[in-house]
Amino acid sequence: MHGQWRRFLDTPELRAAALERMKDLPDFGFGREATAEEVAAIDIDIMPDGTGLPVGSGSVTRGQQLYASQCVQCHGADGRGGDYEALVGREPAEGFPFAESVDHVVTVGNYWPYATTLYDYIHRAMPQAVPGSLPPDDVYSLVAYVLYLNDIVPENTVLDASSLPAIEMPARDRFVYDDREGGTELR
Amino acid sequence: MKEKGTRNGHSAGRRRLIAGVAAGLGGAVVGQAHDDDDVDPRLSVPDDSTKLQGPPPSELGARSGFEKPRRLVSRPEPSGGSRTPLQDLSGIVTPSDLHFERHHGGIPKIDPERYSLLVHGMVERPTVFSLSDLKRFPSTSKLHFLECSGSGGAALREPREDLSPQEVDGLTSTSEWTGVPLALILKEVGASPEARWFLAESMDAAVMTRSIPVGKAWDDAMIAYGQNGEPLRPGNGYPARLFLPGWEGNSNVKWLRRIELSDRPFFTREETSKYSDPLPGGKSRMFSFDMDVKSIITFPTFPNRLDGEGWWEIRGIAWTGRGKIAKVEISTDGGKSWEDAELQGPVHSMCHTRFRKLWNWRGRPATLVSRATDETGATQPTKQEFIEARGIGTRYHFNNLRGWNIRRDGTIGFTLI
Repeated sequence: MHGQWRRFLDTPELRAAALERMKDLPDFGFGREATAEEVAAIDIDIMPDGTGLPVGSGSVTRGQQLYASQCVQCHGADGRGGDYEALVGREPAEGFPFAESVDHVVTVGNYWPYATTLYDYIHRAMPQAVPGSLPPDDVYSLVAYVLYLNDIVPENTVLDASSLPAIEMPARDRFVYDDREGGTELR
Repeated sequence: MKEKGTRNGHSAGRRRLIAGVAAGLGGAVVGQAHDDDDVDPRLSVPDDSTKLQGPPPSELGARSGFEKPRRLVSRPEPSGGSRTPLQDLSGIVTPSDLHFERHHGGIPKIDPERYSLLVHGMVERPTVFSLSDLKRFPSTSKLHFLECSGSGGAALREPREDLSPQEVDGLTSTSEWTGVPLALILKEVGASPEARWFLAESMDAAVMTRSIPVGKAWDDAMIAYGQNGEPLRPGNGYPARLFLPGWEGNSNVKWLRRIELSDRPFFTREETSKYSDPLPGGKSRMFSFDMDVKSIITFPTFPNRLDGEGWWEIRGIAWTGRGKIAKVEISTDGGKSWEDAELQGPVHSMCHTRFRKLWNWRGRPATLVSRATDETGATQPTKQEFIEARGIGTRYHFNNLRGWNIRRDGTIGFTLI
């Protein structure tokens, strides 16, 4: 039976079936135990509840300065896009018409469901010329500035590991889990 | 050795050929005779191949100089892609050097001796595996397609008559993938029964990440290191990648460096702001892993033309992320009537399936369409049905019908039905 990916969240059944399949296999013991230091060195992901966020903080004001030196070349002076994608824009003021029309640009302000994702992504992949080079204070500052440009936080905002996960993004409630199941009904 | 019968006996290609043959006959180290892109391959062809010794064997094969299939690079930058020339292929397997690419931070250069995969999180034994560790486990090989979920989007939004199958759907390819079942790795590290998701993380410049339901790992996911009988190509994740049969390309994380088991998803950029599908009614669908049922005729299509009336074989590929292709129908009248095509067996699950149908062209305008149905009963919608269900602005998973207008003069144009 295929076509219902959500069955892959029904882990106990699939786990039991896999262990049954592999029951005659030995414990191979290949690989070596990871040290806590090794794990910490590359365990960089940030979750919506703030899990993984480091100590540090950053302000809109500092973010504005960093943006001018690190981001403006690709994303434009106002964050509305340059050679690469737009980060800023709350249009349209009403609704979420991205399926009905191809005229609207998807941005952090009108589409991203979690502010923590912005921290995670800037930290791991930006700026493009030297990815992963920004220390926590810089990343917090840039997140604060991009959210400010999107009218999501006020100009005096300072973000840290406790305030960032508390931000509610405008598009948060728009996201739903996949409900396609195959079969004759097109969803 | 007497030269005879070439168009230009002094061409560079001709000289290399002669040098190679001469060295071969003398038993010396052999140079390889092959044609450069800019050399006309006809120049090295004798009038009568039975009257001249050919080149000797070589260490590495090359295509005939007459065959020049090429990927189509859409954007020559680290976050760009390249498309498979579907119209140039036969059967179901994509030659590895023609497999499509879609990268997010370019192709990282990785020393296989220094490669390692960390598996941690909700496990009893956080473990580091080297490449040789991964290869030492019992292995498995499976034929599966891999497709970028953006495939077909441009053809829906901006259809043009001069689109080739490569431009329409070239972000899909099929390979035989070899690797270790991820379930075996989870068993080895003592994955917690409470784990529900895992993060897969790349070692490219985007350190790209996706959250995957852990049940897929227990079921049929693998860590692949082989492709079509050899190690993965660098553009396909060398030396090791995640492979998730039937699921959208982006979730099959290349250059895999880390797997972290968790009780919930991580909501990374690639599963929220990207690879989510806006839907009518103000929603966006996320974690849309399954690839919908699709098909495309690869001959006759633009830029080829039918060189006269009479019998032609309509050929193409069909595939679905939900198991096996059950049926492919062909219409030659733009979807008014349908007849079953022949499927090339064995039909593999979640794999390109070759279909064929003989057609007697009477020289009149015709519109060829293929329509695939998979084992769940799902079939391909018309453009109108697709747009009503998902919207013209939806961003991934475009499985609407594709068609080809045959004109009186035998030239062909792409169309949507």
